[in-house]
Parts: sequence; structure tokens; C-alpha cells
Amino acid sequence: MSGSYYVPPQSKWPALGSLALGVMMVSLGMQLVHGTGGLVMTLGMAAVLAVMWLWFRDVVRESRQGLYDAQMDRSFRWGMGWFIFSEVMFFAAFFGALFYVRVFAVPWLDGEGAKGVAALLWPDFTASWPLMNPPSDAISGPREVVSPWQLPLVNTIFLVTSSVTLTIAHEALKEGYRKTTRNWLIGTVLLGGCFLVVQGIEYYEAYHHYGITLQAGIYGSTFFLLTGFHGAHVTIGAITLAVMLMRVMQGHFSREDHFGFEAAAWYWHFVDVVWIGLFIFVYVF
Amino acid sequence: MAPKLPPQLPPQNRVEQAGDASGTAGHADAGYHHGPKGLLRWLLTTNHKEIGTLYLIFSLSMFFIGGIFALVVRAELFQPGLQLVQPEFFNQMTTMHGLIMVFGAVMPGFVGLANWMIPLQIGAPDMALPRLNNFSFWLLPVAFTLLLSTLLMPGGGPNFGWTFYAPLSTTYSPPSTTFFILSLHMAGISSILGAINIIATILNLRAPGMRMMDMPLFVWTWLITAFLLIAVMPVLAGVITMMLLDINFGTSFFNAAGGGDPVMFQHIFWFFGHPEVYIMILPAFGIVSAIIPTFARKRLFGYASMVYATSSIAILSFLVWAHHMFAVGLPLVAELFFMYTTMLIAVPTGVKVFNWIATLFQGSISFETPMLFALAFVVLFSIGGFSGLMLAIAPADFQYHDTYFVVAHFHYVLVPGAVFAIMAAVYYWLPKWTGHYPNERLGRWHFWTSVVGVNLTFFPMHFSGLAGMPRRIPDYALQFADFNMASSIGALLFGTSQLLFVLMIIKCVRGGEKAPAKAWDGAVDLEWTVPSPAPLHTFETPPRFQHQEH
Ligand code: HEM
Ligand SMILES: [Cu+2]
Repeated sequence: MSGSYYVPPQSKWPALGSLALGVMMVSLGMQLVHGTGGLVMTLGMAAVLAVMWLWFRDVVRESRQGLYDAQMDRSFRWGMGWFIFSEVMFFAAFFGALFYVRVFAVPWLDGEGAKGVAALLWPDFTASWPLMNPPSDAISGPREVVSPWQLPLVNTIFLVTSSVTLTIAHEALKEGYRKTTRNWLIGTVLLGGCFLVVQGIEYYEAYHHYGITLQAGIYGSTFFLLTGFHGAHVTIGAITLAVMLMRVMQGHFSREDHFGFEAAAWYWHFVDVVWIGLFIFVYVF
Repeated sequence: MAPKLPPQLPPQNRVEQAGDASGTAGHADAGYHHGPKGLLRWLLTTNHKEIGTLYLIFSLSMFFIGGIFALVVRAELFQPGLQLVQPEFFNQMTTMHGLIMVFGAVMPGFVGLANWMIPLQIGAPDMALPRLNNFSFWLLPVAFTLLLSTLLMPGGGPNFGWTFYAPLSTTYSPPSTTFFILSLHMAGISSILGAINIIATILNLRAPGMRMMDMPLFVWTWLITAFLLIAVMPVLAGVITMMLLDINFGTSFFNAAGGGDPVMFQHIFWFFGHPEVYIMILPAFGIVSAIIPTFARKRLFGYASMVYATSSIAILSFLVWAHHMFAVGLPLVAELFFMYTTMLIAVPTGVKVFNWIATLFQGSISFETPMLFALAFVVLFSIGGFSGLMLAIAPADFQYHDTYFVVAHFHYVLVPGAVFAIMAAVYYWLPKWTGHYPNERLGRWHFWTSVVGVNLTFFPMHFSGLAGMPRRIPDYALQFADFNMASSIGALLFGTSQLLFVLMIIKCVRGGEKAPAKAWDGAVDLEWTVPSPAPLHTFETPPRFQHQEH
């Protein structure tokens, strides 16, 4: 246990950050409700990113000046750990919705079980999953669904491999082989990029060839909700790893002390685990 | 009111501080804190005491804004018939009242107390992540300005109740709902980040020698509350995200026509919502567990059982959510499961009430204002607990659901529960914050007018509810007129008496009887070892904590 804990001086980033986030949210709302504000929204988002950049730059500087001790390091670890837990619960809500729809809502609409009276609403409806024919004729379902054994399988391989390459990079850093770290980290970021490209292709096909859209009933809704938010997290994770790559190349991190890198790695593994869940429950079963 | 016998004091926790005996820094300016003064100081601060103050002021302002909305509602309900407002506006008032009180007044109030007191109670120099702390606070004014501004938008503000059930809040909602969702997202981010900070502080910054089971109960209850927040605020974020997609992108999550289910909204919402009500009461338990021993001049009875009871409440709170949905048409097994788990929660809650009473037993009790509020908490919160048990009986709830009986229940647990606890905490810790005792006379006036006001407002609602008066309705049948008139008079009394609270605070900040470091002679926790008012920086070098057997 060390003598004194570092308490940072006043900082303008938090206040500016909430202002930037506020601008982004308001203009996002304007865009959605009134159809104007896209430009401000982009600026707001850029401002949020800029504030994050500057804020983290301060943290990195303080860390490199040796202001942080082991206790501070533990605070960051707890902080990151609980943050990832909150993300787990965010996805848990979406998975919960998927299971509820598949196990209860859709069969009930077909007259099954205790709440079968719901079948009175659309007597002709037959339950199935993937739900190709939503109850109401006003909503047209997908024509076809994505086969798990093509692009999604490729993406699974990409992400699982990237977790392995990242671990190699981490081990190399711990041994002090900085070049090796750099190379495997480049590989990891590239694999993340490949994942995103493949997912882009898959989305294109879903919209244009399969008729899987946000409007295609509950199948399309859950499909895009889960894969979309996962994809967003892959993007964030890949950017974080890219920043770590820059820091490695600038000579940051020591063999013992590289929590920034570890935090990014934890996040990446978490994103990977979520994908496994997605692959199984969105694509395969 | 001074006790005749010399008070028996419980064993005191002690700290040893290297250097400055008070545990504070004489060297106040070791390179930080000569930043800007004035407004900027508050905007840029990383100090837990300043941020705590900001939270508390924010909470108080929201309490008044939400209170005014409630008075609009009560004014309309003073008599049967429509007098003052349009039904559309009435609905916006009930909705905004609930949202503001829950997310703007009670939650930030407790976070403010956590900011101020947790570092002081565990001997830490500040919160673990001070900049993040500031970010968490400043998100709130932005979020709530946006939320309040929806009232001025075309089509009006949210009008679907604070529980915003789909499809009322999706298919049939005003255009401003999108802004409502975005503002709630920001408030949610604030809560999650704040909770992460609190957990990291408690787990990592305790004074050397302080074990988990040495922590004051306010710290324990906040630790568990923070866990609940991190677990369920993301679920709220998830469900409002689905709403946003249903509204703006044509998805079918809560639309049966596309294969979704509006009832699914209620499940996800209450998976968040029930732990949320414990988020609003667990820190209150911690506060009362600090105040009652202090003024009974005894150790808290059953410290360990308090910790275990709090933890079991937290775990159980994930398994009871559908007691809010008994009337929606759940399968029978679900009705039974949620009925029994809900009743189980009454057991650890009962343990707590028992421990408070056992602490009072044979104590040499004095009745300063914080104690008055704490005692009222025990009695009146229990009334809310009992009506909760009545509601937990699924077949009975078919009758009670969505009536004023439910309104009576949750106001008893929230107003003389959560809100009284916050007020008790303010009276209890004001000497530490300002260096002055709060004015006892004013405090007592505030207390008694509040108690009378609260009961006059909410007790009659039990009767109108049992007789069948529905909630969230601007007009009602004639037979409910007397109950409603009483409620409205009580609400006006309660509302006005809060001006006394503000007056008391202002007077206390500006002057009053000087308080010593240990402002209450029965108090034991670490915050009473630093001077009053607490200097800006405390415990810069960690004190060495020597524990006493509980
Ligand atoms: C002994 C403990 C408790 C039990 C058994 C209990 C039970 C219930 C039940 C069954 C309902 C649903 C009634 C209905 O809508 O028909 C309910 C509603 C509610 N309870 Fe409790 N409760 C307890 C404690 C609390 C606490 C501690 C709080 C908050 C501090 C709380 C806040 C609420 C709120 C806000 C609602 C109404 C939500 C709404 O529909 O707007 N309850 N309670
Ligand atoms: Cu509940």
C-alpha cells in the first residue's frame, strides 16, 4: 500500500465531454424527428471523440510521468472490469428479448400454451423461427435467411483468431519483444477490420437479396439489433487496439506495466465472447 | 431533551494519522487546487466534496421542479371534474413528476451523499476516478434540461407514465419521445459511470486496516446499490434503445403485428425497474443505520445481519420483477413464482426493521432532527412495506393493481422512505459540511409539518384505492371526493413545508452554532475525526484504521 493517492487537478474534459455528448444527442434527435441536424450531429460526434482523445492523452501523460502507483492501477482495473460488466448486461437485455420472442411471444401468437388466446388476433398465423411470415400482412418478412456456414462462419474464424493473435501480442509484450507485439497487434486490428468488411457485405446481401430489413418483423429486428450493436462494439474495440498499436510503436508500456493495453484486450475478448453467443443463437439455432 | 443518565457510548473506531493529527492537510496546496475560482471552479472540479455539493443542489432543484408538477396534479384532483388543466397536460405532469423525482431527485441525492461521505467514511483522499466523477455529474444538467424541454415541443412531453409502457410510448406517443429516450440515455450513462466510481472507491481506497466488515453500513449499502446500478441501468438503456428503433426505424420489438410483444416491454422494463426501487432505498437503509445508533448511543444491533440482509435483498430483487405485471395475463406458474419470491423479500426487510428497533431498545435516546427523520422513516417505511406485501398477493393485486392503493404504497416507501432518509442525512451531516449545526427549531418545524403533510397526502390514498379509484386519471367519481381533497391539502402542506428545509440549509451554510469535529457525541465513524467543516482535502495520507468488534 502506497503513501498517497494521485488526485488529478481540475480538468476541462469532463464538462466539455458532457456538452459535446449533449449536442450530439440533441442533434441526433433533431435528425430523427425533424429530418435536419445531420451536420451538427457529425460535429457533435467528432467533438465527443476529440474530448475522449484529449482526456485519455492526459491520463497517458500522467501515467508516463510516474504519477500513478499500484493502488491507482487497481482503481483502473476495477473501473474497466465493472464497465465491461455493464456492457454484458446491455447485451443481456438484447439476448433476453431474443429468447423471450422465440420461446414465448411467437408461439403464443400461434395459440400455444397458457396465453394462447393471442391466436385470436391473427387466426391464420403459424409460428416458426426464423419468422418468415409475421402475423400481420402489413409487415412482410424476410424471403430467405443468412446461412451460418458462409459469411458468419468466416467472421467467427476471424474473431476467434484475432483473440489468439491478441494474446500472442500480449505475451510478447510481457516478455519484452516489442516488435513481435507490434506485428501481432497489427494482425489483430486487421482481422477486426476484415470482420467489419465481411459484416458490411452480409448486411448488403441481407437488405438487397434476402429481404432481411429492420422492417421485416421481429426476425429482422432482433437480427440487426444484436449484430448491429455487436458490430459497433467491434468498431470501438478495433479503434482502441489501433490506439494501443500507436502507443506500442511510440515506445509506451513496460513489461510489467501496460494496463491500457490489457484493458483494450479485455474489451476485445468480451466482444469476441458476445459474438460466439450471436453465432449460436442468431445464426445457427 | 437531554438524557438524564450519562450517555453510554459505544466503543469508538480510531484512526492514527501520520503528521497532522486531524487527518487533514495543512499543506493544502501541494500543487493542485489553484485552478480557476467562481463558476469555472464548479465546472472543472475533481474534488469529491464539491461534486457532492453539486449533486445535492441539483437534486434539491429537481425535487422542487418535480414537486411543482405534483402540485399541479393534486390541484386538478382537489375536486372531481376538470377544472385547471387539459387531460393531455395532466398526463404529462404525472409522467414528468415521476421521471424527475426518480431519476433527478432521489438517485442524484443519494449519489451526492455518496460522493461527500464515502471517502470520508473509509479514509480515502477522494473518489477513485475523480475526473470521471465530474463527468457523471455534468451529464445530469444536460440530460434534464433536454427532458424538461420536451414539455415545450410540438405535441407535448412524455405522457405515458414514468413506466412508459409500449405501445403507448411507441405507436401512440408524441414526437418528443425520441428526445425523452436520448435524455434518459444520458442520465443512464451518468448513473453507470457514477456507480463504477463508487465501487472502485469502496473496494480499493479503504484506509489500511479497514476490512469490508468494518465499513459503515452507508458504505456497504452503497456498494450493493452500485452493483445493482451497473447491473440494471444497461438493461434500461437496452429497452429504450428498442423503443427508439420501434419509433424511428419500423422494427417490431413491441408490436405483435410483426411478431413482437408489448408485454416483453414490461418484462424488460421491470427487470430494470424493481432493482431500481431498491437502488432508491438501500442507501436510505445505510443512512438510518448510521443515525439510529448515534442518537440511541448504542452500537448498531446486528451489523453482520444488516450486511447479509442487504445482500439478499439485492439478489432477490432480480427475481421479483413480474409482481408489477400480475394483471397483464401471465401464465399461472409465473404468477405463483413471482408472488412467493416477492413475499420472500419481506424477510430480510423485516430483519432490518427488527435491528433498528433492537438498537433503540434500552438506548439513551435523544431526539435531534436527524433522529426524528430516521425514526419516522422506520415507522412510515414499514407501512409501505406492509402495503407492498398486500400487493404481492397476486389474486388480491388483480383488485389493487393500477389503483391509488399502489400510489399509496410506493409513496410511503419513497417519500417518508427514501426522501426522509435523504433529509435525515442532510441534517446529520450538515455540521460536517458547513461547520454549523442546523437550527433545531426550524428542523423540528420542518419535520412535523412534513410528517403531517405526508400522511395527510398519502394515507387517504389507501382508501380511495381500495374503493377502486384508478391511478393516472384527471377526473374521478364523486364518492372519492373527500379522500382526494384531504390528499390535495396534505400535498400543499408538504410542498410548502419544504421551503423550511431550504431556509434551514441556507441559514446553516451562513452561520449557526459552531460544530466540533465530532458533532454528535454518539457518532463513531471516521468522518467525525476530521474537522468541521471538513477541509477541501482530507486523508491525503491514508490514516491507519483500528477496528472495534461489532
Ligand atoms: C416489502 C417490500 C415490498 C414489496 C413486497 C413490494 C411490492 C410491490 C408490488 C407487488 C407492486 C406492484 C403493485 C401493482 O402495480 O399492482 C409494487 C409497486 C411499486 N413499488 Fe413496491 N414493494 C416493496 C418495497 C418497495 C420499495 C422499497 C420501493 C421503493 C423505494 C417500492 C417502490 C414501488 C414502486 C415505485 C411501485 C409502483 C410502480 C408503478 O407501477 O409505477 N416498493 N410494490
Ligand atoms: Cu417491484
